[in-house]
Amino acid sequence: MNKEYIPKKTRILDIINEASDIKTFKLQGKLNSKPGQFVMLHIPGHDQRPFSIYIDDNDSFSLTIAKVGRFTKKLFEMKISDNLVYTGPFGKPFQIKGKHIAMIGGGYGSAPLTFLGKEALKQGVKSELIIGARSKEFLLYKNNNYPVGIIRHYCTDDGSFGFKGYTTEKLKELFEQDKTIDMVYTVGPELMMKIVVEICDEFNIGCQISLERYMKCGNGICGSCCVDPDGLRMCVEGPCIDKKVAKKVSEFGNYHRDGSGKKIYFKK
Amino acid sequence: MDLTTNICGIKLKNPTILASGILGVTAASLKFVVQNGAGAVTIKSITKETRKGHSQPIVHSFDNGMLNAVGYSNPGYEKAIDEFSKLSDVGAPVIASIVAKDADEFSFLTKEFVNRLEFDALEIPLSCPHTPGFGTMAGHSSPEATSEITKSIRKETKLPLIIKLSPNVPNIGAVAKAAEDAGADAICAVNTAGPGMAIDVNTGKKMLGFGMGGISGPALKPLALRTVYDIYDYVKIPIIGTGGVSNGDDALQMIMAGATAVGIGTAVVTHGINVFSEVCKEMKDIMEKNNYSKISELVGRAHE
Repeated sequence: MNKEYIPKKTRILDIINEASDIKTFKLQGKLNSKPGQFVMLHIPGHDQRPFSIYIDDNDSFSLTIAKVGRFTKKLFEMKISDNLVYTGPFGKPFQIKGKHIAMIGGGYGSAPLTFLGKEALKQGVKSELIIGARSKEFLLYKNNNYPVGIIRHYCTDDGSFGFKGYTTEKLKELFEQDKTIDMVYTVGPELMMKIVVEICDEFNIGCQISLERYMKCGNGICGSCCVDPDGLRMCVEGPCIDKKVAKKVSEFGNYHRDGSGKKIYFKK
Repeated sequence: MDLTTNICGIKLKNPTILASGILGVTAASLKFVVQNGAGAVTIKSITKETRKGHSQPIVHSFDNGMLNAVGYSNPGYEKAIDEFSKLSDVGAPVIASIVAKDADEFSFLTKEFVNRLEFDALEIPLSCPHTPGFGTMAGHSSPEATSEITKSIRKETKLPLIIKLSPNVPNIGAVAKAAEDAGADAICAVNTAGPGMAIDVNTGKKMLGFGMGGISGPALKPLALRTVYDIYDYVKIPIIGTGGVSNGDDALQMIMAGATAVGIGTAVVTHGINVFSEVCKEMKDIMEKNNYSKISELVGRAHE
């Protein structure tokens, strides 16, 4: 049995600049992960955070990370060959279904969706990815060094690159243009995912989301990521859940909990 | 095959109880554990103030167990009143858990939190080994402090009162007896041991955010079992045997050492959430093979 909850040592093999304050960290280690799963990354002596997996090669894996807080600030100061510790991979992955999939990534949500797209292509599934950001400088994976075969649609709120508007508007456009899309996947801000689910309902198309909650352990014991009203743990029974499950989660698009367990309502 | 048990007046459909600190942050998470077979559930301990807890990692697993230093993260009793306001949805008896700095604060939380809700029992851990200001780090695990705190809570509530003890004391029998004499209705033994430690040799840094953490899982089991065995000789009140139980054999060992019910925690990681159902199924199989008919006839059998 793979004891994924036992910490493993790793080293930074490479660091790639993706966008403003967004980097991809390539780390040593054999994960055997599936798209949508995550690892808990630990900077010894500092802290630990969960990150979804962007690339899983045989003996290395990559995480695309935005500098947003204390932990990521510290990580961005680190250099190639520096030491880290990880546990994982954890969580329920996406289920690859359908013949033609559309994926919607807000912010760094495009990272796990790229992994998903690569796996879907291997199974002969046509894969399209809508990559969204506020503006060009925050937009991921604009370069040519990207898996061949995944059709990319770029969206920026300000129109500085690609489609001007929200990823959800682009999704509607795709649905109207191409009737063969039969499964949708989304990772990103919760209110965006909520709209994606509503659009998929409108067009009667299946959808899977990745529901992020505060995670302290990753292995289903601390209870931080349990969602109402059924207590499913997003680190074990999630984070990838079908829209049918998501719609039963009363807090989806409504509130989440902080590290103390206190409810925080989303600003709408 | 009868797995029902009765711990200080609370009837359980089976002897497995979710140990405090494992899930239990929300009422929904308690319901999820009951759906996976637990006979009763314990909430994660509530304090007077909001607590973020220790920095991560809060857990460190090794081959035969786990270290944890969560640091009593919880939203504070006022928010927790909302969180646990509909306990009837949970589907099994719910045990409250509170921690406080001293006897006065314990009695405050009993009045202002526990008594306002529909809990079936109250558990008091005087034994956390890794949070400054609480448990063993505040000296709560001595016979004197145990007696003082138990008395102060006893005055405030008629609920069955369970005192959770640390294995890190030289005189476990005296501590258990002090709790019983002060009015406790049951003992929960044991909390995590240690604390223990792990170090990353590549950086020389400690692996846990707090640096050290309580030892649980299989590594704790022999110590927990012997502690339950010792306590059984000192007190008449029932014991919840907790520490490293991950299968039916472990659970029956606890019962034969003197436990009336069995706490399960770390096995949720190693065996999955359905460990409660699995433990019950395995207990039934062993009982059948040995012609044991009910739990009550097995309690303390190793003392005969």
